[in-house]
Amino acid sequence: MSQPSLIPDARREPLSHAEIGRYSRHLLLADVTLAGQERLKAAKVLIVGTGGLGAPLALYLAAAGVGTLGVVDFDTVDESNLQRQIIHSTRDVDRPKTASAKDRLRALNPYVRVVEHNVALTSANALDIIGGYDLVADGTDNYPTRYLINDACVFLGLPVVYGSVFQFEGQASVFWAGHGPCYRCLYPDPPPPGLVPNCAEGGVLGVLPGIVGAIQAAEALKLLIGGAEPLLGRLLLVDAWTMEFRELALERDPHCPVCGDAPTITELIDYEEFCGLRPPPDEKPVQTITATELKARLDAGDPIQIVDIREPHERAIAKLPDAIVMPLGQIYRRTGELDPDRDVVVVCKIGQRSVYAIRALEQAGFPGRVFNLKDGVNGWARAVDRSLPTY
Amino acid sequence: MAKLSIPTALRAYTERQAKVDADGATVGAALAALADRYPDLRPHLFDEAGELRGFVNVFVGDTNIRSLAGLATPVTPDSVVALVPAIAGGLR
Repeated sequence: MSQPSLIPDARREPLSHAEIGRYSRHLLLADVTLAGQERLKAAKVLIVGTGGLGAPLALYLAAAGVGTLGVVDFDTVDESNLQRQIIHSTRDVDRPKTASAKDRLRALNPYVRVVEHNVALTSANALDIIGGYDLVADGTDNYPTRYLINDACVFLGLPVVYGSVFQFEGQASVFWAGHGPCYRCLYPDPPPPGLVPNCAEGGVLGVLPGIVGAIQAAEALKLLIGGAEPLLGRLLLVDAWTMEFRELALERDPHCPVCGDAPTITELIDYEEFCGLRPPPDEKPVQTITATELKARLDAGDPIQIVDIREPHERAIAKLPDAIVMPLGQIYRRTGELDPDRDVVVVCKIGQRSVYAIRALEQAGFPGRVFNLKDGVNGWARAVDRSLPTY
Repeated sequence: MAKLSIPTALRAYTERQAKVDADGATVGAALAALADRYPDLRPHLFDEAGELRGFVNVFVGDTNIRSLAGLATPVTPDSVVALVPAIAGGLR
């Protein structure tokens, strides 16, 4: 169903001759025309995250002439970002992502106003930041921020152009309470921490967020120009490995706690807690061991059991000697293979998934002493065995 | 019997299989058969009460079973049942 523009006629901003020349290929489109381009110029879009999804999103929206682009990110550019985050360059490593993005966008199109929000989006600032925009493009990588954006936009009545990627698979949709479902209608609860690794641990094909982010950019432009059929009530699935696109039907959930008929969530909540990221007060802290300490104990002949919970293809990059290989998904039922009388050190890439493995060992009733290798195999490579690469 | 489509995020629990045939006349029975075959997958599909978890959607064809008969939705050997869990990547 076609959707009218988010930008009313009264807000249209006339174009200069230079802008008319720049946007000529839009103006030639009978479904865009001068009116559509004047709406784009008046539009204010907030892009949350200037990473894999935010990079193509911001570049295409800037090139298209969206008048005001807000970019939210608290992070700095890391070298491992450059495989996919094409808004940043090698010389930008260690710079704030918002500053790097702003430079690139201004170089691309000086007619666009770029507003930097070099902060983390939180329940305390989200309504103030988002409130000034016409729509939000969600390019985040974590559940707390996704639910925060969703709820804030439900309360503000704004559409969210949604995209998400993992390894070779992506999802895109438009969530808009009052016009269709919201994110919570699709996923009422987040997965428990550690179930699905993020890109830093699970990996992602660099071009995939490019594909999904470009789809998000198209959806944002369509909502601003008006008259198009957005992905409202439709979930687009992309599998880049088989190059298959599928479309699934989404419906608003009348029982949705935020946009349903009798909402139970009527203000922003603690999203870290909602996503299970705050440990319960009675939870026993995980004991850690540094790579240097582990090396010293091994050298002293301590019969430590090193358990590597990574998949084989990751072990091929770098590994500790003499480790027991037990991928995370198998820990719970293979606990019996470990000797409870000898200390166990659990190893992953950066010491994050290993915490979930330790929790799984505890749940399985393993009685022995268990340590988490701080900073994982990357920490071992930096502190003990410099012949290994970090990844 | 139905053809189950397993997304990447859950393939760590299905020996990396992307398509699995599972016996059962309903979605619930087919998923239970899948979980019997791959026990590590079970806690990611069902909660302690046996209800489908809130971060996993199941589609028969292009329709969410929440809009059909839930886990009681019937399937045939030709049915394509897709598991669509929440994924969160995009930034880092």
